[in-house]
Amino acid sequence: MFKRSDQDSRPSVRIVVDGAALAAREGDTVSAALLASGRDVRRATAVSGAPRLPYCMMGVCFDCLVTIDGVGNRQGCLVPVAEGMQIEIQKGKREIGR
Amino acid sequence: MNTTARHDSYDVVVIGAGPAGLAAATTAAEAGLSTLLLDENAGPGGQVWRAIASTPVRDRNHLGADYWAGSELVEEARSSGAEIIQRATVWSLDRNLEIGVSVGGASFFVKARRVILATGALERPFPIPGWTLPGVMTAGAAQTMLKSSGLVPSGPTVIAGQGPLLWLLAAQILRLGGRIDRILDTTERRNYLAALPHAFAFMTSRYFAKGLALMKQVRAKVPVVTGISELAAAGDGQLATVTYVSGGRRETVPAELLLLHQGVVPNVNLAMATGIEHRWDDLQLCWSPVLDRDGNTSVEGIAIAGDGAGIGGADAAIVRGRIAARAAVEALAPAAAARLAPMASFKASLVKAERGRIFLDTLFRPAPQFRIPSGDTIVCRCEEVSARDILDAVAIGATGPNQLKAYRRTGMGPCQGRLCGLTVTELMAQARGKSPQEIGYYRLRAPVKPITLAELAAVPKTEADVNAVVRG
Amino acid sequence: MTKLADAIIIGGGIHGCSTALHMCLAGMKPVLIEKDYAGRHASGVNAGGVRQLARHVAEIPLSIRSMGIWERIEELVDDSCGFESHGQVLVAENDAEFDACRARVAELNALGFTHEELIDGPELRRLVPAVAESCPGGVVSRRDGAAEPARTTTAIRRKAEALGATVREGVAATNIRKQDGLWRVDVGADSYAAPVLVNAAGAWAGRIAADLGEPVPVETVAPMLMITSRVPHFIDPVVILRGRKLSFKQFANGTVLIGGGHLATPDQDRNETVLDWRSLAISARTVFELFPVMRSATIVRAWAGIEARTKDELPVFGPSARHSGLYHQFGFSLHGFQLGPGAGAVMTELIASGGTQTRIGDLGIDRFHSSQP
Repeated sequence: MFKRSDQDSRPSVRIVVDGAALAAREGDTVSAALLASGRDVRRATAVSGAPRLPYCMMGVCFDCLVTIDGVGNRQGCLVPVAEGMQIEIQKGKREIGR
Repeated sequence: MNTTARHDSYDVVVIGAGPAGLAAATTAAEAGLSTLLLDENAGPGGQVWRAIASTPVRDRNHLGADYWAGSELVEEARSSGAEIIQRATVWSLDRNLEIGVSVGGASFFVKARRVILATGALERPFPIPGWTLPGVMTAGAAQTMLKSSGLVPSGPTVIAGQGPLLWLLAAQILRLGGRIDRILDTTERRNYLAALPHAFAFMTSRYFAKGLALMKQVRAKVPVVTGISELAAAGDGQLATVTYVSGGRRETVPAELLLLHQGVVPNVNLAMATGIEHRWDDLQLCWSPVLDRDGNTSVEGIAIAGDGAGIGGADAAIVRGRIAARAAVEALAPAAAARLAPMASFKASLVKAERGRIFLDTLFRPAPQFRIPSGDTIVCRCEEVSARDILDAVAIGATGPNQLKAYRRTGMGPCQGRLCGLTVTELMAQARGKSPQEIGYYRLRAPVKPITLAELAAVPKTEADVNAVVRG
Repeated sequence: MTKLADAIIIGGGIHGCSTALHMCLAGMKPVLIEKDYAGRHASGVNAGGVRQLARHVAEIPLSIRSMGIWERIEELVDDSCGFESHGQVLVAENDAEFDACRARVAELNALGFTHEELIDGPELRRLVPAVAESCPGGVVSRRDGAAEPARTTTAIRRKAEALGATVREGVAATNIRKQDGLWRVDVGADSYAAPVLVNAAGAWAGRIAADLGEPVPVETVAPMLMITSRVPHFIDPVVILRGRKLSFKQFANGTVLIGGGHLATPDQDRNETVLDWRSLAISARTVFELFPVMRSATIVRAWAGIEARTKDELPVFGPSARHSGLYHQFGFSLHGFQLGPGAGAVMTELIASGGTQTRIGDLGIDRFHSSQP
């Protein structure tokens, strides 16, 4: 869906998505890194389970909700990646209390 | 990175570090007022200068001169003495000018003597069939990814809609080697005629030549279909095709990515949750705050500058930011105000910056069928409520957006109506034969962005709180 | 032009709407006047608790009467109102509180009330598995539950209108007076006249009573609530605490409502409230301690509804002590939602038949007269 510009020489940052390592770039938001990965990173909504991907990428639509380092319902489009960050794609109502 | 404010209270707190917020904070700080600038993104610049301090796009021609023009203002803000906190989400503001802020998972409160809201704009909802499918995004989303991460579309891509941003985005994607298969222009033909009387003013604005050049660049490389009267996205759990009607002909094209855009509207959530009065703007088809000449709102001590005050573009936003800040300086430190440029010069700059706006608003007024959906088309993305659901509720007694909550959870999800509110107002207005002003809008509530229970529980206690714990 | 009605009801909260509905069922033609819209204030934005549990003895008969109506609410108003009956549980957090629970249940039993039942630790954890281990027990009222407040008030209003009530929304009742033996009220350009006037104006009812020469010690309050995003189902009953201010409820859609009576600052003339986040933080800390499972749930909205609280926190309910044809139904002091259906039925009995089987004697306005200056 998206590819990186060949001008992009930012250093790589390793994050972990549902247990699998992913090379993002320094300065990527979580959502940008997920979309750039080419993997299936669709979440499922809490209401009907419908698949979604980020829509606005500017903190408005809440379709980028993702669990980051154990904290659920974070807006992935507003959070920059960090080395070793653990990402979980949310499927339905996010599990609490784990 | 700063994660908390250095002080409990400030003369001026500016919310949002786009053009208006940067200008306002700089003006206030340079006049000697203690100034805090809170911004939700990782770096300053807002949407228009998104990632200006960190973009991986190094060829300056690719993002264009208007983008890089932001560097100067960012530098000025940084050296102005204003305290700047990035990744700061303001989740509450009230009439007492107390501000709830979340940074890195922890919240704190600050007080202000004056607040300047510079929360900018968001893209107008574009509720077509299939707009919730993965692979359908806003043009602004693609531009954000392009600016901040150097990402461009690589698969079959359709851009649909209208307005200056759409052409700018298309040009930027092409310059960076991205793929666009087709552009579907939804501008209504009759708008050209309606906009004609305002064309002269626009031709003398600096946007005119730039806009023409962009369109020419894009048209040389991408097929453009005009007069789009119907638009739908389809696919099984993922966008697969885009169907459109132009000149009575229906066509379906394969697509992996559909980028939608039909202009921007003020981002009013924080202002409305604060209780600031808004009115329906019949030209821009959105809610705009009721403001005096200096940007002051109906709530004492709070001003709004930039696109959040009504869409005016980046140049106008900068000037409005300075006007609001100057008014704050006049109120709090009249002696310092004398050292600033006179208000009259700001007002003259504003007139110049706003030249041609009516032309754009008229030409790019979105068509009714792209604002007011029908049938199964989703209106409220969060709670998955369709146009039919809403009309059914109207039929049995729902009279406005707030009453609708008793029937459907429209607007009660995490986005708090940002992507359905305008649609719900216009849909209910049409169904009930009322004006949008009569129908009204959701009563919005803090937190305007969700915070975790643990975060709220950890809010620092004041001594008074400790004494006031009530058992009963 | 003056229009005649059988009764004028001021206030479109659940109480005014319920009284209008029951009057229609009794063959009367009331007019209901609401300055905003039905359910705009506390009735539409409260916690939705349908609770007999932990009530003052004086209002238990009305509460029990109401419970019977709640259990057939769909039959009555053609809408389920989102009513669910999973019980309400009062949690004792320590032994002293548990002792107080024991005494309370014994007291109610002695008075002949059996809806409250003492439960030990194991039964508490069976009903509320997520509760902190340290809680020794509590009290349950098994028929209690919760409903969706805006939906309920709207449904009652809609049914009343369908049965012949005139509902005027968006215009305040002004110039309330008694003239030529009839109560008269102006509503915009219209006037209504009726032999009966019901003051069910919630936070605005105290002013009406005072203007009619019957002041009562009542204040305007705005209890705060907050709601989380949808989380997986983990609790059925509504939970309240014995010692601290907390009520806690998970809706069928997964959202969790947190309330309990911490107050916002009301601005009655603006229809607004200013939330007190430091008090909401206390609620959050209470939930944090009691339900560790909730710690990472996100709060998506907080709000407060404007209502009236009397000095003794009991409603003013029944005929005026001063004027014939005037009835009061206000001051429900943060716990009026469950009473709405029953109060409408009883009020109608008082008006239509001059009496009721439901014991409401301790709720009359005359109780304040000795204390008036």
